[in-house]
Amino acid sequence: MNAAKFALIAFFVGLLVLAFAHWLKIDYFFFAGYTILQFTVLATAWNILGGYCGYVNFGSAAFFALGAYSSVFMHKVYPLPVPALMLVGAVVSGIVGFGMGYLTLRLRGAFFAIATLALAVVLQTLVVNWDFVGGSRGAYIIRPETIDIGSLQVNYIEYLFVLMLVLAAIVLTTARTIERSQLGFGFATIRDDEMAAEASGVPTLRLKLIATTLSGAFMGMAGAPFPYYIGYLQPSSAFGLEYAVNSIAMPMIGGTTTWIGPLIGSLLLGTAQQYTTAYISLGTGVNVLIVGVILIVFVIIAPNGLVGLVQEWLRKRRKS
Amino acid sequence: MSALLHVDNISKRFGGFVALDGIELEVQAGERLGLIGPNGSGKSTLVNCICGTLQNETGNVTFDGHKLDGLAAHQRTHRGLARSFQLPRPFHSMSLADNLRIPLLYTVRAREGMLHAHSDLGARCHELLDMVGLAAKAQQMPRDLTQVEMRKLELARAMAAEPKLLIADEAMAGLSHSEIEDILALLVRLNERGITVILIEHIMSAVMSFSQRLAVLVSGRKVADGKPEDVVRDPEVVRAYLGQ
Repeated sequence: MNAAKFALIAFFVGLLVLAFAHWLKIDYFFFAGYTILQFTVLATAWNILGGYCGYVNFGSAAFFALGAYSSVFMHKVYPLPVPALMLVGAVVSGIVGFGMGYLTLRLRGAFFAIATLALAVVLQTLVVNWDFVGGSRGAYIIRPETIDIGSLQVNYIEYLFVLMLVLAAIVLTTARTIERSQLGFGFATIRDDEMAAEASGVPTLRLKLIATTLSGAFMGMAGAPFPYYIGYLQPSSAFGLEYAVNSIAMPMIGGTTTWIGPLIGSLLLGTAQQYTTAYISLGTGVNVLIVGVILIVFVIIAPNGLVGLVQEWLRKRRKS
Repeated sequence: MSALLHVDNISKRFGGFVALDGIELEVQAGERLGLIGPNGSGKSTLVNCICGTLQNETGNVTFDGHKLDGLAAHQRTHRGLARSFQLPRPFHSMSLADNLRIPLLYTVRAREGMLHAHSDLGARCHELLDMVGLAAKAQQMPRDLTQVEMRKLELARAMAAEPKLLIADEAMAGLSHSEIEDILALLVRLNERGITVILIEHIMSAVMSFSQRLAVLVSGRKVADGKPEDVVRDPEVVRAYLGQ
């Protein structure tokens, strides 16, 4: 199946989800669905660098927040429609991703991970001290009730949901295309053995820069509509622990070597989190706690995620 | 005639330790050169400097008429330098066929600037695996291989890049007698196809039967270079290996 066909299917599945949501007639579905899809995008974007290349990024929240804060900035300077803001977020986060990659990709393993964490701290400190985008007080963005698209009047949350749905389809198609391309093979050699990759002619630094840029840009796109969704953006929510943790946990629980792993992980964990938020009131930290526990369980019993479990089962069945 | 590889006055230190001290080495096109030396004499460091894995502090490497200074390892591979690693370093998440696909995609294709059809690539992978006798295991993973098969995969991957010069870094260490014969025969076959080979090895019988010329490193300096039978009688070489 080629990329165009896959994109078509992804688009069609998206339409089905939308039709289903309409049939349900529950506004909360769009509200919850937006968050889950946002995590699908974050998890898939993280996986391009973390899963395909093996470079663990602890700074996902920073890229997400950069997208969100570039929207706040644009809102004050020159208001644009949300799809355009997503492109702005992509450019800003993509550039920062490239810069981070250039500065840190000579580091490996834990050292790289620590550097990304440091980036998040530095950026958060910058934002907290930058009054124009609200500083530590945060910034209000009044979300319109509805938006007119042609002659159609659409609920604004539904509009954001559709945008995130389209973005998720784009990001998943990109990830899958990479996986089966020369680029994907190159990424896998970086994960396996960089020295051997260089000896085989793979330009590892260039490939890693492509990965950090792409991964950062997609995270920025996921963050750009966030201020409109939440209405009030403050540094501690944009740079929240749950973004960094979920972006890592979801691909790891689903499986990091294929595009479907982050999708499964984000749907499962995202839904579980929405459920607990809605039905069990145990305090604010409970979501991250649940993710932490599940992640520990998976790291011990299924280090290759759900996809890895299934693959192993298939391999055993074929052998016997 | 100018040499295919010219190593000119290369030095490399690690902190206070001088690993290479002004090494001079020339290799002619089509030659079979043996490079020997006791453990820690700088053989692998020399290979790493030639291939761009390490940067030498002084001197330069000229390959096929071009200076390699400042080129990354992958660029040197594109120019026609290939190496196998002392400890095999396969891409462990890929099948054997895919292991060979990497240099085909990233080196051969980049060099020739043309697009191979996918079936073409597959056929080439198979051909290379056949050359080292691993064709039947094309779809298996590296972890399923024995030591000698792993060495063969390592050589096949180096060969997939269609190099002018192959540096085999201890491709035979730890192998049995018949396995050594196997690898030696393979290297001779490659040389007969016109590929220049530098063999780094401890097993003297293998080095002596393979090499047309022998160079000896001791403590980061080249102490001898010449016909194998003369070199092994050189007093300095004997002293380095046997002590006084």
